[in-house]
Amino acid sequence: MTTKQRQQVLVLYLATSALDSGVKGWSMYDGTGKDTFTTGDAVSDDAGGVSAAPYSTGLDALRDGWRVIQFPQLTPPYPGEEYSTSFMKNEFIFERLEVV
Amino acid sequence: MDKAYLLNNEQMATFVARGFLRFDELVPDDINQAVMAEIDAGSIQGAPAGTPLSQCYQDSSIRKLLDMPEIQGIIHSLVGADPLFDHDAVHVREPNQGSAQGMHADSIIDTRLDFDIQLMYFPHHIPLEMGGTLLLPGSHYRRVNEMDIARYQNMLGQVSMVCKAGTILVLHHGIWHCGRQNKTNQKRYMFKVRLNPQEPQVKLWNTDGLEDAGGSRELYAGHKDEHDVQYILSKFEPWFENASGRLEIVNRTKQWRFLTGDDNFDVHYWLSRLENKPSEGRPSA
Repeated sequence: MTTKQRQQVLVLYLATSALDSGVKGWSMYDGTGKDTFTTGDAVSDDAGGVSAAPYSTGLDALRDGWRVIQFPQLTPPYPGEEYSTSFMKNEFIFERLEVV
Repeated sequence: MDKAYLLNNEQMATFVARGFLRFDELVPDDINQAVMAEIDAGSIQGAPAGTPLSQCYQDSSIRKLLDMPEIQGIIHSLVGADPLFDHDAVHVREPNQGSAQGMHADSIIDTRLDFDIQLMYFPHHIPLEMGGTLLLPGSHYRRVNEMDIARYQNMLGQVSMVCKAGTILVLHHGIWHCGRQNKTNQKRYMFKVRLNPQEPQVKLWNTDGLEDAGGSRELYAGHKDEHDVQYILSKFEPWFENASGRLEIVNRTKQWRFLTGDDNFDVHYWLSRLENKPSEGRPSA
């Protein structure tokens, strides 16, 4: 009998390009269909505050069984845009395969 | 305009730093009820883009809202005495939604130091399970195009507008935000109007005490007073990355210079250092 597996994806936005730096933001997608995630779903109190991130650092996610599948590239600023800000720079993508 | 209704230095610095100001339960209940009735009737009518705001919404509850001296003071401080109407909308989040709106910045990428504001008005109570508009403080200088940021689900320091009826939220045009999921059995309403300045946005607020508030040039913002302009402009948001967060402080400094006309203003000496170019004839400070 063939075991079916589905991918779960965790995206962590870290404080620096180091995997063991602190988590600043996160997103999750669950290919098993067991859970659904959406924007702002971690808001958990009447003051509009946010609950804790799933992990404190990227390394903590590794230690919990997530496999990192993408490191952010370190690219020099485009000339003339050295001081502008845009997307989150330190986006690490992880996966975990779950049996369904 | 009575100065008492204008924003003060601390409020303006907060807007520059965080990209929003929130005024809880500002609007009285009679106006809240009247606006809800107009929303239900579908009778709120805006105007062609570019119409002076003073000519919009005649004989309506939205006019009463806009004529409140507190609202006039907020508008005047940020975009002048009679800004232009851009567009309005009644945003509706349907009951029992399966997901939230994706994070986005409105319109298209917009890099101006001149800025528009969006006045968001919450005419009814919004409990946690109803969602509320979600916003990310300090995101307004990030150069992104609309829904390109929709993959960002949760960020440290995000703010959800869980609020009482009559709450007003004023946003810089670039702020990242979205409509959170509404898990209740009731529709959620929010009225918004976007306004464009038609005069230079220089010292339009109550600038009394600006020098005392830390508005003059400081070489190092070592201020401990949380009401101090430089303290406000130098404070990191919880989601800022170490490196890019520093650039956000520079973005705020540039915006404060724009608003005060003081090209020598600085935070942490970060811009002044870069501007010191003796080889080009500019003396160092």
